[in-house]
Amino acid sequence: MTDLQDSQFDGSSQIQTSPISPPQSNGRSGTSNGGRLSRGDTKTLKRRRRNRLKWAMIAPAVIAILILIAFPIAYTINLSLTDTSGSASAGPAPYIGFSNFGEALSDMARFWPAVWRTAVFTAGALGIELLLGIAIALMLRKRFFGSGLVRTIMMIPLVTSPVAVAAIWMLMLDPNLGVANFLLSKIGIDPLGWLTNPSQAFPTLIMIDIWQWTPLVIIILLAGLAGLPEEPEEAALVDGATAWQRTRFVTLPLLRNTIVIAAVLRGIDALKTFDLIYATKGPGGGSSNEAETLNVYIYGLSFDYMEIGLASAILVIFFVLVLIAALGTLRQAMKEEL
Amino acid sequence: MAIIEQVRPSVQQPAKFNRKKVRPSSILRGLGIALVIVVTAFPYLWMVLAALKTNVQISDTSKLFFFSPTLANFENVLETNNFGPYIFNSAFIAISSTVVSLLLGVPAAWAISRFKLASFNGIVLLARVVPAILLLVPWYYLFSRLEMVGGYSVLVLSHMFVGLPLVTWIMTGFFGTIPIELDEAGQIDGLTEFGCFWRISLPLAVPGMATAGILSVIFSWNNFLFSLILASEKTMTLPVALYQFMAYASTDWGGLMAAATIMTMPIIVFSLFAQKYVVGGLTAGATKG
Repeated sequence: MTDLQDSQFDGSSQIQTSPISPPQSNGRSGTSNGGRLSRGDTKTLKRRRRNRLKWAMIAPAVIAILILIAFPIAYTINLSLTDTSGSASAGPAPYIGFSNFGEALSDMARFWPAVWRTAVFTAGALGIELLLGIAIALMLRKRFFGSGLVRTIMMIPLVTSPVAVAAIWMLMLDPNLGVANFLLSKIGIDPLGWLTNPSQAFPTLIMIDIWQWTPLVIIILLAGLAGLPEEPEEAALVDGATAWQRTRFVTLPLLRNTIVIAAVLRGIDALKTFDLIYATKGPGGGSSNEAETLNVYIYGLSFDYMEIGLASAILVIFFVLVLIAALGTLRQAMKEEL
Repeated sequence: MAIIEQVRPSVQQPAKFNRKKVRPSSILRGLGIALVIVVTAFPYLWMVLAALKTNVQISDTSKLFFFSPTLANFENVLETNNFGPYIFNSAFIAISSTVVSLLLGVPAAWAISRFKLASFNGIVLLARVVPAILLLVPWYYLFSRLEMVGGYSVLVLSHMFVGLPLVTWIMTGFFGTIPIELDEAGQIDGLTEFGCFWRISLPLAVPGMATAGILSVIFSWNNFLFSLILASEKTMTLPVALYQFMAYASTDWGGLMAAATIMTMPIIVFSLFAQKYVVGGLTAGATKG
């Protein structure tokens, strides 16, 4: 903070030598000096000062974000056009045009199944999370004894690392000593393989994601519900609408924007899910790639196989897909929010 | 941000009239709520129970809840597996990256909000959309050429990617809720614009900074992907340590659960004390206006 502050005042004192005093004192003494300038001068000075201030305050963050984000995006696009592979010390290889993209898009063994799994994971998890989230949020809306406690419990999965979540569920779902199969056996169902069974692993991962992130939808919707005006629902109540009708035709339409935003936020994160899948299934998404989503595939290509060029091409494709999906929905939602 | 706590829709009041007869719908609702609580909380209970069991007890289904607890797993994790330094690494990186994010993000958010630079919101949003792995490959390339991989600085820098957009996003919204008239009053009384920021907006924005800072610490503490690639044995953070533990000792469930407890409990306890801010931060932007 002090750096910024100093440079700020160095900068402005070049235009105007005396009137600017350091922030500690300008609260009171600065006024009289400034007042002596003619009106026009003050205006341009103010505008110039304003501009300098604006940029001085924004620049550090923008530069940091550009270095952290814009440079990597540009560099990834650059790498995607090269045949780069092997360790980083070797540096980028010569350009080979778009053949990485061709290679990726014609790869039926790993790429397209990964795209499909990413889509299924996102759609499945997001859809169920929204439905459950809406239902539970409506259920929790009315205050009851202990509702504060429930809201507290809802928050806990959201601050838990997905790696820890993975570890906990791996124990609970362990085919031999897990509590899940123990409970199933009590009600007479044969034990399941859960994460260890290639055909059950992926639905199980979706289930864990739902467990962890439905609370996010719930707390966003509860905040949205708390901000709704009461009159429309009161009016509907007076008009004799049933509870279901009030919910379906009054509350949910009023809540629409909040639901859209919850869906966008959660959807973006679901598309990018990596920690949970990698921690439970390891590199390649399991022995027969049964849980390999795009993120896991790209990670393996980049850091296990060092196929940086191909990985970058897939990253570009992935990023464009995420961007289109997010922007399409966000544009709609942000129109009223910003 | 604490709206949830205050508003109590009066639509619901007629229920009070029927207080005496218990309707089937409220029984259903009670059961539903109970189910939600059990499903959400059970895994944590299970984690702590398993952390206090020996591995023999864990595989013994006759001793699900009643057993003689042991702290041996925690001793093992802290001493044999050396989790102490990892706790320090996680905390150090989370706090440093958050402090830097606040230093850079708060002034920027103020400028975005006060000077109506809505286009910068796009950059901040972009940061939320970019898949983290897209950044990792170029960073790895860059930082390994600079021979920085494995150092604290590169981890703090990468975790800033988590913190900085978050801080800017939350604070832009927060400054938007502080009436601009306060700044104008300050200017009339002779404050410079920076003075307005420093003496008026900033003190009022403390709750917002708490929200953004707390959330940034939590997300950094839980971050796995960046540390997985950019950390060395010396700078490893807890999620990576837990992951490696899972990989090489997958049957030591007691130890694993003790490690998971060590990693999750500090942040859970921290969040319980700061619940208002955590919930406010998680819902920020979603309920504006």
